[in-house]
Amino acid sequence: MHGRVKVKSTAQQEEEKRKEREKKLKIYVAARDACFSKRKEGIWDEGALQITQQLLSSNPDFGTLWNYRREILMHLETVKDEDEVQKIYEAELSFLESCLKVNPKSYGSWHHRDWVSTRLPRPDWARELSLCDRCLSLDDRNFHCWDYRRMVVKMSGVPVDQELAFTDRLIGSNFSNYSSWHYRSTLLPLLHPESPELPSPPRSSLPPSPQTHSHRVCEEQLLKEYELVQNAFFTDPNDQSAWFYYRWLLGRAEREEMISCVFVSREEERVSVAFSRPVNAQSVGLLLVLDGLPQRVEWRSVHPRFKHSPVWICDLPPGTVSDITNEHNLTVHWMEKHTHRDCALYTGRTESWCRDSATDQELFRSELSVEKTSVLQSELQSCNQLQELEPLNKWCLLTIVLLMRALDPLGYEKETLAHFQTLKEVDSTRSAYYSDLCSKFMIENTILKMEYAEVRVFSISDKNLTTLCHLDQLLLVTHINLSSNQLQRLPPQFAALQCLEVLEADNNSIENLEGVYHLPKLEEVLLKNNKISSLADLQPLASCLKLKRLDLRGNPVTRVANVESELAELLPSVSDLLL
Amino acid sequence: MAAEELPSEFDVVILGTGLAESVVAAAFSRVGQRVLHLDRRSYYAANWASFTFNSLLTWIQQHHEEPQPEELHDWSSLLEEGEELIYLSNTDSTSVRNLQVFCFTSEEGEEAEAQSPDAPNTTEEVSAGDAVKETSETESADSKYEETNQKPEEEEEEEQASQTEGEEPEADQPTPTAAQSQSEPTKKKISYAQLVKEGRRFNIDLVSKLLYSRGSLVDLLIKSNVSRYAEFKNVTRILTYRHGQVEQVPCSRADVFASRQLSVVEKRKLMRYLTSCVEETEEQRAYNGRPYLEFLCDQQLGNNLQHFLLHSIAMVTEDTPTEEGLASTRHFLRCLGRYGNTPFLFPVYGLGEIPQCFCRMCAVFGGIYCLRHSVTCLLVEKETNRCKAVIDSRGQRISCSHFVVEDGFVGADRKRLATPTRFLSRAVLITDGSILPSNSDQQVSMITVPPVAAGCPTVKMVELCPSTMTCMPGTHLVHLTCQSVGSAFEDLSPVVTRMFRTPQSHDQEKNPSVLWCLYFNMADGSEVKGHDLPSNVFVTFGPDGALSHEHAVSQAELIFKKILPEEDFCPPAPNPEDIIYDGENTSTGGEEEQSLQTEE
Repeated sequence: MHGRVKVKSTAQQEEEKRKEREKKLKIYVAARDACFSKRKEGIWDEGALQITQQLLSSNPDFGTLWNYRREILMHLETVKDEDEVQKIYEAELSFLESCLKVNPKSYGSWHHRDWVSTRLPRPDWARELSLCDRCLSLDDRNFHCWDYRRMVVKMSGVPVDQELAFTDRLIGSNFSNYSSWHYRSTLLPLLHPESPELPSPPRSSLPPSPQTHSHRVCEEQLLKEYELVQNAFFTDPNDQSAWFYYRWLLGRAEREEMISCVFVSREEERVSVAFSRPVNAQSVGLLLVLDGLPQRVEWRSVHPRFKHSPVWICDLPPGTVSDITNEHNLTVHWMEKHTHRDCALYTGRTESWCRDSATDQELFRSELSVEKTSVLQSELQSCNQLQELEPLNKWCLLTIVLLMRALDPLGYEKETLAHFQTLKEVDSTRSAYYSDLCSKFMIENTILKMEYAEVRVFSISDKNLTTLCHLDQLLLVTHINLSSNQLQRLPPQFAALQCLEVLEADNNSIENLEGVYHLPKLEEVLLKNNKISSLADLQPLASCLKLKRLDLRGNPVTRVANVESELAELLPSVSDLLL
Repeated sequence: MAAEELPSEFDVVILGTGLAESVVAAAFSRVGQRVLHLDRRSYYAANWASFTFNSLLTWIQQHHEEPQPEELHDWSSLLEEGEELIYLSNTDSTSVRNLQVFCFTSEEGEEAEAQSPDAPNTTEEVSAGDAVKETSETESADSKYEETNQKPEEEEEEEQASQTEGEEPEADQPTPTAAQSQSEPTKKKISYAQLVKEGRRFNIDLVSKLLYSRGSLVDLLIKSNVSRYAEFKNVTRILTYRHGQVEQVPCSRADVFASRQLSVVEKRKLMRYLTSCVEETEEQRAYNGRPYLEFLCDQQLGNNLQHFLLHSIAMVTEDTPTEEGLASTRHFLRCLGRYGNTPFLFPVYGLGEIPQCFCRMCAVFGGIYCLRHSVTCLLVEKETNRCKAVIDSRGQRISCSHFVVEDGFVGADRKRLATPTRFLSRAVLITDGSILPSNSDQQVSMITVPPVAAGCPTVKMVELCPSTMTCMPGTHLVHLTCQSVGSAFEDLSPVVTRMFRTPQSHDQEKNPSVLWCLYFNMADGSEVKGHDLPSNVFVTFGPDGALSHEHAVSQAELIFKKILPEEDFCPPAPNPEDIIYDGENTSTGGEEEQSLQTEE
């Protein structure tokens, strides 16, 4: 009686298991073959349902069998009455539940469940919802279940507030969950839209409002959300999901689509139009009316590379505006958006424009009520608090930068630069991203400064720029100074600078001049100490017919044989060439 | 009781069915030793037992009785050449004392009371009588509060005592009040009669402990597969008592996120402290020997966090040294998140399940069990000073190679008493609600109560909800434990009065009411004392005051390793399908050798 219990050896167990597996495989293969031949013969009976069920319950990811099953079920629908169909589908649902237990992330099972639920004569959505809840409580990031759940919620019309409470629950148990936060961001605008008493900006009238879409969530709720998400990122500042949700909360509304600038030049007999976003002028119904007469013109983007561009140009029929003693009234209609912009060209003037400036549009910051500004201010304070505790947290630093941008881009310039420096150090793998972002902000600041000064000179030297952006905002600029930065190219967008006369870009790393293209007024290009290495790189300059002065000192191209004569041929207008 | 004789030879005889003894029994049986496991009591698990309400009343009754001295048999006739006798203690009256019971709920209608003279809401220790009398003056109208030292109930006591010898004393106890309680329309407060009627729904533990998710008991349960005999629930929240308020202690990431009482900055500081303290640093070492409180202060965490970290997470006192505080903080954190939001598990049906699970494992592997069956004396070979055999309470001589005995059964004459026995103070309350109501009424809470006044002990409190199967619906079961300073009543009633509504508490309208409560002191098993016993006799000690089970598990492992240093301690039990049941039963050479050894 006493003594050790005899236990099978590992080899014995292995052998038994192997035999077991072999037996299983035989049965499986036989059943599969039976299934296939039944399907071939077009047998859609309950026996086939049974045999597919056997197979699928051991391997729920067998797509062909699910398809066969659907064929059978669809056939049965035609021969059975509703109650029987209901019963069959209910059995199908409980079978699917067992499949999901085998593999909770089976594409086949979830898809089939979706299919069955929508065909069920009398669906029980509450049951489906509770199934989803159970699944999500086991794995709150099961995206199959999230997908299915969205369908269930839609079909059964679950009230939005209940769904919001559902996200509360999920976030409460684990806030590292993009799905929940994202779901929240879709529910909040439905449940708590921006309060209607705020004057909704008039559409397509002048002065155009910078932002038509209101902030999507009402302020009271917004405050609660700020608190919630702060709890998350103070608890774990390295969790991205909360920070991304926070960015969404702080995000501003989309801008109204409009014509932001119309520029007309007598000399070139040319009209340039800037839009709030890149458009394809050929397809959006752009109409130019000159002195009451619609003009037949060819619109072209500033660079042939762009099918969509924020700036479009057309040449007026020769002679229409060339006489300086005539006054002209121009209107550009954007038919698709029911908006237009007028521009008057007075006698004695060689050019004229009509525009909203970036400052008018508050292009680079959120439009904020006083209350909201104070809210943002307190958000900035909390983030600063967190930053004191976690000085090297990149999410916090970046959010501080964004808040500072939203509040006062110029006032916080110094801090912003310092934070970018830290960011590049603590997150060195993304240093190029931070450099580009910083460049963008510096350009925005320079645009603001330029507009406050009411000049057409854009000077941003020695700011470590790595990229150029917002070039469509520089349509009217005559002088640009980009010296002593880290630019590598003047991109095609640069061709938006239709009024540019002088381009200073000494001491960069420019090797590509693609964007210096058809700039009708460009006379002077200073590119000392860059990396232009071949004559081909200078090719775009040939399209700038007024170019007189070109400084290429300190570029590799100066060492090319016969450079001088080649250049004379390429750029015949240049009279003052420095090599 | 089986009348047939027991086999006359075992490898190990174990007396006492507490946790340590039960683990030892399972460990020996599992590796093929022949185990006889006895307990003098009528129930399993000794001082680790769980009782239904009614059997707890019986237990209380027993501890009020004068221990009936059993006649000392002279077993000299069984002595062989060169042997002598060591008598074991025949009572276990020393480990529990100062029992006091109070019932603060209505009995039932007047007549019901008259019909139930046995209502044991009234027993009380003489020593604390004065203190109780004082407080009883403030009793409120609806509460029942009596003293019955003067109640002569010999008859009734006898009846109960006799019941304990039968099976399942709670099963058929006549409860004349039960029928009436049913006829009563919905009552606000649960009456005493209802408690008795629903008595089987209670599983009231004598000790109050929790399982650390990564503690040695959980490891052992998993390793040995004993876990298949038990079910567990997570402790759902950690609470603490400060400034007269019960507060939730945020300890997991989700808790910290959801906490309403912490500012966001505190949240960050707490999370940062919890993540940083896992690694030992130079800075921490600098505080070795200095109080943990000092270390915490210097982390500039603020009073809130300091309190949580010291009392609820490290669960140490203000003068605990830093290295010890950090070690227990780390242990807490390691256990967090393994099974849930807190580091603790609680066995469904109570802690008394655990020793029984090990007994079951022992029995599955051939161990033999007898309750109400004791060992009266040991037969010792004078020459070798080894215990050769024991004589059981029926006078049978049973040979054994090793004898394991619970400290309580060892006669005072064999104990080397250096210091007076230390005691634990325990209180068990049946309340009508949770101490911190929340949206779920099925919370299992661990509550740390720092000393309510200078010189008072730190109290550990566990509140169990009905879903742990330890109390009836509509009630909560609260266990309080601390190191004794005075009697259990003296130590714990101030905490009870503050945190619950009793006739003695004032302005505590929102606190849950105490329906019934029991105070008692139990010997602290953490004191390992020396004994004058043969070298192959091993003594185990009862429950200690710690929250964990480390003490009992390590005792068991130590005994096992001393006796069988080569064997694995509780290796995984094989799955039933892997066991070979065929009749061959040929034992391996090694086993034969071993059985030869034991037959010497």
